[in-house]
Amino acid sequence: MAGPGRKALLDPLFENNPIALQVLGICSALAVTTKMETSVVMCGAVIFVLTFSNFFVSLLRNNIPSSIRIIVQLTIISSLVIIADQFLKAYLYDISKQLSVFVGLIITNCIIMGRAEAFAMQNRPSLSIMDGLGNGFGYSLILLATGFFRELLGSGKLFGHTVFPLATEGGWYSPNGLMTLSAGAFFIIGGFIWALRVWKRDQVEEEG
Amino acid sequence: MLEHYLGLAVKTIFVENMALAFFLGMCSFLAVSKKINTAFGLGLAVIFVLTVTVPINNLLFNYALKEGSLSWLHPDLAGYDLSFLGFLCYIGTIAAMVQIVEMTLDRFVPTLYAALGVFLPLIAVNCAILGASLFMVERDYNFGESVVFGLGSGIGWFLAVVALASIRERMRYSNVPPALRGLGMTFILTGLMAIGFMAFGGIQL
Repeated sequence: MAGPGRKALLDPLFENNPIALQVLGICSALAVTTKMETSVVMCGAVIFVLTFSNFFVSLLRNNIPSSIRIIVQLTIISSLVIIADQFLKAYLYDISKQLSVFVGLIITNCIIMGRAEAFAMQNRPSLSIMDGLGNGFGYSLILLATGFFRELLGSGKLFGHTVFPLATEGGWYSPNGLMTLSAGAFFIIGGFIWALRVWKRDQVEEEG
Repeated sequence: MLEHYLGLAVKTIFVENMALAFFLGMCSFLAVSKKINTAFGLGLAVIFVLTVTVPINNLLFNYALKEGSLSWLHPDLAGYDLSFLGFLCYIGTIAAMVQIVEMTLDRFVPTLYAALGVFLPLIAVNCAILGASLFMVERDYNFGESVVFGLGSGIGWFLAVVALASIRERMRYSNVPPALRGLGMTFILTGLMAIGFMAFGGIQL
């Protein structure tokens, strides 16, 4: 694979992670990660929408007048989200109920707008697809890791299967209730960012 | 009746705070909370946009999109269900409203307009705004409730962002580990605030 495509695909994983460095798409990262199951479905939906929105915005980039570009982008994105939403409702109804409004909120997920605006408007379609996939995976990485810790520590399960037998059911593990609450998600992501920045020094912010 | 609305307002401001309980509007929440002044301005803009867009979207849903809602136009139209177009319509309303707020501020309060800068157009993609409209549809609020809900969620978001900004201004005087500075610390602060707001849980009027 050529240099720029590879860079567009791999950079967002650690070097320029959408959540940890670009501060994009945090809302959904926090809200859907109480369980692995919902996190996986959410990641799939976001990768789908992000890749295709990048592709279509990039295809149309020379025809979109800059004064109404936000509306055009939003229309492309919301059409894609409607497809994803209808698909989930048809085939994964239970999970779509659990995700409630957060599937719709993919529209306003800043990763998608941000990448459309910052990348797809300037680059050719093939490269934009790579960027979409890369950012989708970077987002999924944080989402799945957060979901993993929150479900494991919060309820002793993974994908609904018991990993740590709970003390209430005769096992040994007392679940950490904080993890299933909103605050737990903040702490875990804060911890991730800390770890990532200890590893990659150049991402450290000077001003507190 | 009044108590019902008051209860709903308290619930949306404190118990189900948009930012701290549902994580909505996080991107701008973290980005603008460096200074109290900008946080204050953006908070006000969010309150305004929410108070206007949620009721408009409520009308849109009840009179144009919901199943059978077109029957006021013509009895034959009663069978249509356009709710799958919801996302597109809500985001259109929101984008238009944000444009109006932007032009109004530019004309009458240019200092605030300059201070908000790029964040103002970004309100259009602030998840709190669209989120409130989607919650309104999911919970089936009527028009009056949707006004209270929009206003309440706006005030809740405003409170949270101003509180976080004040804490972050104070953080300047403390010695945070270098790798945790900025975003990492802000996450942990927000987590602590979320725990604080949990104390409001169970309050009912």
